[in-house]
Amino acid sequence: MSAMKALRDKNADLADLEKILNPTDVKSSVMPRWQRKALQRSDSSTSNDRFIPTRSAIDFDQAGHVMSSSENSSSSEGESDESKEARQVHADRLKAGLLDAESRVLAYKQKAPAPKAGYVNSLKVLYTAHGSQQVRKAKSTRHIPSAPSRVLDAPDLLDDYYLNLTSWGANNCVAVALGPTVYVWNAGTGAITELLTLDEGDDYVCSVSWLPGETGAGHLAVGTSAGSTELWDVAASRALRRMDGHAARVSCLAWNGHCLSSAGRDATIVHHDVRIRDHATGSCVGHQQEICGLSWSPDGTTLASGANDNCVMLWSAAQTGVRSQAPAHSLTDHTAAVKALAWSPHDRHVLASGGGTADRCIKLWNASTGINLNSVDTGSQVCALAWNPREKELLSGHGYAENQLSLWKYPAMARVKDLKGHTGRVLALCTSPDGSTVLSAGADETLRFWDCFGTAPAKKGKSRAAALSKGVVCIR
Amino acid sequence: MADGATSTISLRGSVDLVQEFFEYAINSILYQRGIYPPEEFRRVAKYGLSMMVASDDGLQTYLKKILAQLKTWLEEGDVQRLVVVVVTGVETNETLERWTFAVNACDTENAAPSTAGDIKAITKQIQAIIRQITASVTFLPLLDEACAFDLLVYTRKTAAVPGAWEDSDPKYIADSQEVKLRSFTTSVHSVEAAVAYKDHDA
Repeated sequence: MSAMKALRDKNADLADLEKILNPTDVKSSVMPRWQRKALQRSDSSTSNDRFIPTRSAIDFDQAGHVMSSSENSSSSEGESDESKEARQVHADRLKAGLLDAESRVLAYKQKAPAPKAGYVNSLKVLYTAHGSQQVRKAKSTRHIPSAPSRVLDAPDLLDDYYLNLTSWGANNCVAVALGPTVYVWNAGTGAITELLTLDEGDDYVCSVSWLPGETGAGHLAVGTSAGSTELWDVAASRALRRMDGHAARVSCLAWNGHCLSSAGRDATIVHHDVRIRDHATGSCVGHQQEICGLSWSPDGTTLASGANDNCVMLWSAAQTGVRSQAPAHSLTDHTAAVKALAWSPHDRHVLASGGGTADRCIKLWNASTGINLNSVDTGSQVCALAWNPREKELLSGHGYAENQLSLWKYPAMARVKDLKGHTGRVLALCTSPDGSTVLSAGADETLRFWDCFGTAPAKKGKSRAAALSKGVVCIR
Repeated sequence: MADGATSTISLRGSVDLVQEFFEYAINSILYQRGIYPPEEFRRVAKYGLSMMVASDDGLQTYLKKILAQLKTWLEEGDVQRLVVVVVTGVETNETLERWTFAVNACDTENAAPSTAGDIKAITKQIQAIIRQITASVTFLPLLDEACAFDLLVYTRKTAAVPGAWEDSDPKYIADSQEVKLRSFTTSVHSVEAAVAYKDHDA
């Protein structure tokens, strides 16, 4: 009860207070009519059945005062003049620049030497490797040797961006085309065999590619400058068949099971079924200029082709049996020829492509939608790309100025390490069948082997299996 | 009063510290803001950081001359602030950036005797300023034209001015934004750093 009473008292007090504060009762006789109306309206707004915008936010008293005091505006102008003067003085003081008037600003008469003529400051300090350690780098969790584990001489290796002259097969043999000759180097034993030499005039070998997989091991496809594609049995050192279909040199080859796709200067891709008599089963026509990159996706559903017309085209495997003129996707983001193409072994449909001198970018694509996932400017021509089969890493081979191999962390595309050693641009990259070693073929006529993909866990597994079997043997 | 002469920072010691700081701060600004090509700098370990110092002879001698004079003024207690001004080419001479280092002489009489630990603390404070200068590249607008720099020294009216020096205008920036950087204090001097730059949005 007492609480209620206290509340009522308080309410009464509030009402009194309101009465005192409410200006309508006091000033109503001198207020202009419109103001009174406005006030009434604002007062009655609470009990109104119509919607009225919140006039309480508008300060009518202030507005009224401003209007009523407009007649003695002359004096206020005088004031503003005064304030102007004051402001001027203040500005002058500021201009004098001295918080305390007792200082002098001195400068040395002789000025600093100008920077070198022609030097353009683009704040490269921040963004280049030169002279600073501020390049974005990813940490590597394993040791990556910065020197090649082995260097082989490759005299007469053609320095031609458009050719694909090395291949490392499942039988652990490396096929290298040097001029008109193809050599096979056994990585296990180190034995070298000369497979073939083109003897017609100045013909040369433009591309080599091993049939992938253990079953077909020992079969090599060879593309020549005469436009023919040959299939060789390396173990027996004999040509199995010769397949035509191109009007100019065959600069790239790609296998998809028993289907060999070849492409070259005539800008067409021809699919050969190597098992049947009429080998040419279909073709893809779409590029305008020489095709220099060709790669089937690991699942065998999509063929990626890159050409001198700066286009990357993706072709569906369903159309290998017909003459196709419409690629599934045409990716036109590169601004130079695209030779380097590599499918991710980790993510389905992820394709990496690298552009030439004018482009210098590595771009990552979703091949099923044709969407560009990422793009990095490497600062140098991208001649070759290879994925690390174990880690999510991408290795790229570059040209001028460093001729380096760069290892990138995927998908962040942060540079893990640069591998330097080549004195000419890196023309091709091949991964060993066990996935631990990468072969780079340089324009300096050397082949370098880098153990940059880490040791094979397969070995560990094998040794464990061996240990297990030993254990089993012991038990028995 | 100066019983621990070896451990207290005297006026002379403080002047040396401040002058050295100015040298590295100026060099850092020149390098970080790309006023001179990065090839003309060499790496030096200082304040527990790796600092870039001009290796170009002309620039080095220029800075040395200025710093020597600055030292004399510091000893006299004449310096009020040092300003590094980044201006566009000689013709237009528009100020783009203004790095201010305000020097305040503390009351030497009341200064508590400092110990060797203070040197460590001061080094830490200086480190923080240098780090801020390095980090400032991220918010300062790009200098995408050839730039030059100038050094202005605010002194007391009574300071003795050698003939090689002249009065200059303060080279203020028209619409500027100012960012205060950290400060450091020896027992004798306190130095407050700030950078003002042309605000392109204004």
